[in-house]
Amino acid sequence: MSAEAWEALRRSTQARIALGRAGHALPTDAVLDFQLAHARARDAIHRSWDIASFASSVAARGWVPVIASTPVTSRVEYLKRPDLGRRLTDDSEQRLRSCHDPAIDVALIVTNGLSSTAMDRHGLPLLDAIVAALAAEGLGCGPICLVGNGRVALSDPVGAALGARIAVMVVGERPGLSADDSLGIYLTYAPGPGNTDAERNCISNVRPPAGLSYAAAARKLAYLARQALILKLSGVGLKDDEPGFALPKP
Amino acid sequence: MSYRVSLQGRSLVFRDLKTLLARASPLRAADELAGIAAESAEERALAQWALAEVPLRRFLEEPLIPPEQDEVTRLILDRHDAAAFAPVSGLTVGEFRDWLLRETDGERLAGLARGLTPEMVAAVSKLMRNQDLIAVARRIRVVSRFRNTLGLPGRLSTRLQPNHPTDDPRGIAAAVLDGLLLGSGDAVIGINPATDNLDNVHALLSLLDELIQRHAIPTQSCVLCHVTTSLELMRRGSPVDLVFQSIAGTEAANRSFGVDLAMLREAHDMARELRRGTVGEQVMYFETGQGSALSANAHHGVDAQTCETRAYAVAREFAPLLVNTVVGFIGPEYLYDGKQITRAGLEDHFCGKLLGLPMGVDVCYTNHAEADQNDMDDLLTLLGVAGCNYVMGIPGADDVMLAYQSTSFHDALYLREVLGLRPAPEFEDWLNRMGIFNGRNALAGEGRNVPLLADLTGLAGGSA
Repeated sequence: MSAEAWEALRRSTQARIALGRAGHALPTDAVLDFQLAHARARDAIHRSWDIASFASSVAARGWVPVIASTPVTSRVEYLKRPDLGRRLTDDSEQRLRSCHDPAIDVALIVTNGLSSTAMDRHGLPLLDAIVAALAAEGLGCGPICLVGNGRVALSDPVGAALGARIAVMVVGERPGLSADDSLGIYLTYAPGPGNTDAERNCISNVRPPAGLSYAAAARKLAYLARQALILKLSGVGLKDDEPGFALPKP
Repeated sequence: MSYRVSLQGRSLVFRDLKTLLARASPLRAADELAGIAAESAEERALAQWALAEVPLRRFLEEPLIPPEQDEVTRLILDRHDAAAFAPVSGLTVGEFRDWLLRETDGERLAGLARGLTPEMVAAVSKLMRNQDLIAVARRIRVVSRFRNTLGLPGRLSTRLQPNHPTDDPRGIAAAVLDGLLLGSGDAVIGINPATDNLDNVHALLSLLDELIQRHAIPTQSCVLCHVTTSLELMRRGSPVDLVFQSIAGTEAANRSFGVDLAMLREAHDMARELRRGTVGEQVMYFETGQGSALSANAHHGVDAQTCETRAYAVAREFAPLLVNTVVGFIGPEYLYDGKQITRAGLEDHFCGKLLGLPMGVDVCYTNHAEADQNDMDDLLTLLGVAGCNYVMGIPGADDVMLAYQSTSFHDALYLREVLGLRPAPEFEDWLNRMGIFNGRNALAGEGRNVPLLADLTGLAGGSA
């Protein structure tokens, strides 16, 4: 079979097909390519996140950053103890409670999650798009809560402390070999104790240009937020049935 | 009942049997996360002493999860075969380890399966080193049949796993052909669908069925959708070879997967009625993995490895063609690093085999675990020595749909070469006839005339 034909097949899938071989083994190029992808994914997971610098950028945009903490003390602990990444420290909870404001419709929470690379690359431009899209819906955001080493369910204590009607978390997704810089967005209506992941909506794979664009993600989020407030729920009961909107093919 | 140990000036008491098992379990993140692991290495070592003294009979008298709360416990107790248990019924867990290592007759080991409960098997595994788990598992062959014969001595099969992020039929077909041309796919050609949508799964089943028929490939297909999806598709006449389901070791965990024993029984009976097998009628394909009960918050304080072994009681009720422990998929909060993944893979393989199951292992990890492809090479090699029935074959070991890393088509070729392991006999004949293998358990050279290449060329939209 010709090289052109193999090339055409290779374009039909991101899978590592038609790699060739050296004896029974993968050829050198294929081994090194895999190891580079794995190295990038590992670095994205283990890199620390410069939260102070991120907070300065947030403040420079005229928004109010609030830095909060989970009880997690290291990246290793973060990986082994997902339960700790879902909780606020007592200090942080107090600080957020002092920001409690009934005018806050949406609590915006930002955490590096499993990819600091994703947050550093896409976090600020995505926030630009989200803040604009929510404002266009007439929804007030309050301070932007920045937390290192958070898990998705941290949406609940943060949202509850701020008194928000909806919590929106922007989080670094678990890196794969083909993408180390995807952000996810999770929406929770009536954040508080007892919510499960079945009560959240997720917008995944935000990483232009290969994945979802900032504008498309923000628009989808604003649509879901409006529907959640009308239906008074989120999660499996809130279907993404926005007319005339199709996600671009990956 | 409590369990005690006094040794070299230290005394410890364990509240009940499940606590003792958890404390005696080799260290893993799942048990730490659940708050049931030993608090020190010494406590673990002492718990293993205490566990060694427990009579095997005790596991029949003290169910870890009450039967009135859990149908898996009821199944385990109902199915216990006292006659098969007789050869070891007077032994303690520690004596049972010695018995297993002395008993070199594979037939006698296999004959024990119905007399053992998962808890007995999990318990003895906690006292066994990795080499013990390998040595005993190697003596037990579990053979299963549908369109070929899996699990014979000296054989290693592979599941060809051609997943695609959007289930694109062309991309999937390309990966299937790539795998077949590298000798993969005798255990099953099995797709994890991106969505359980009925039309989508039907289209994938039809694609695989047509390919298998056209080239008379002695293998079976599976789309790994939920059992209820398979039930509906069978009613509609889709070409379902094997019914897939993820299962776990407690009723509550199975409920979180949306299944129970009655539902599995219905699917099993319906698939057998289709009579699509040629050399056998084992129609079920189950996947398991340590930590699933904990992640569903349905572990009842039972350690991850014991919960996993209880899932094998569910599996063996339905005489499956394939059982696969997806060992490192679940993440580092359950199995933290290569060492824990390796240990768990060997435990699962041993426990499944001893309970009479045709065990395969998805030797795998996620990017946030402390593991890499070298760890997979190690575990793959150990499982080859241990006589594992099958492993996964994934293009370049990189599953682009499920976003984790496993073993590649090339990895299976490596294992075949270094250990002399051959594919299932019917499939090996086919590989030789098709010019893919050279008659000596290795790929034929370049420039061969392989009929499958015509399919590839057609897919690519060009001429050969």
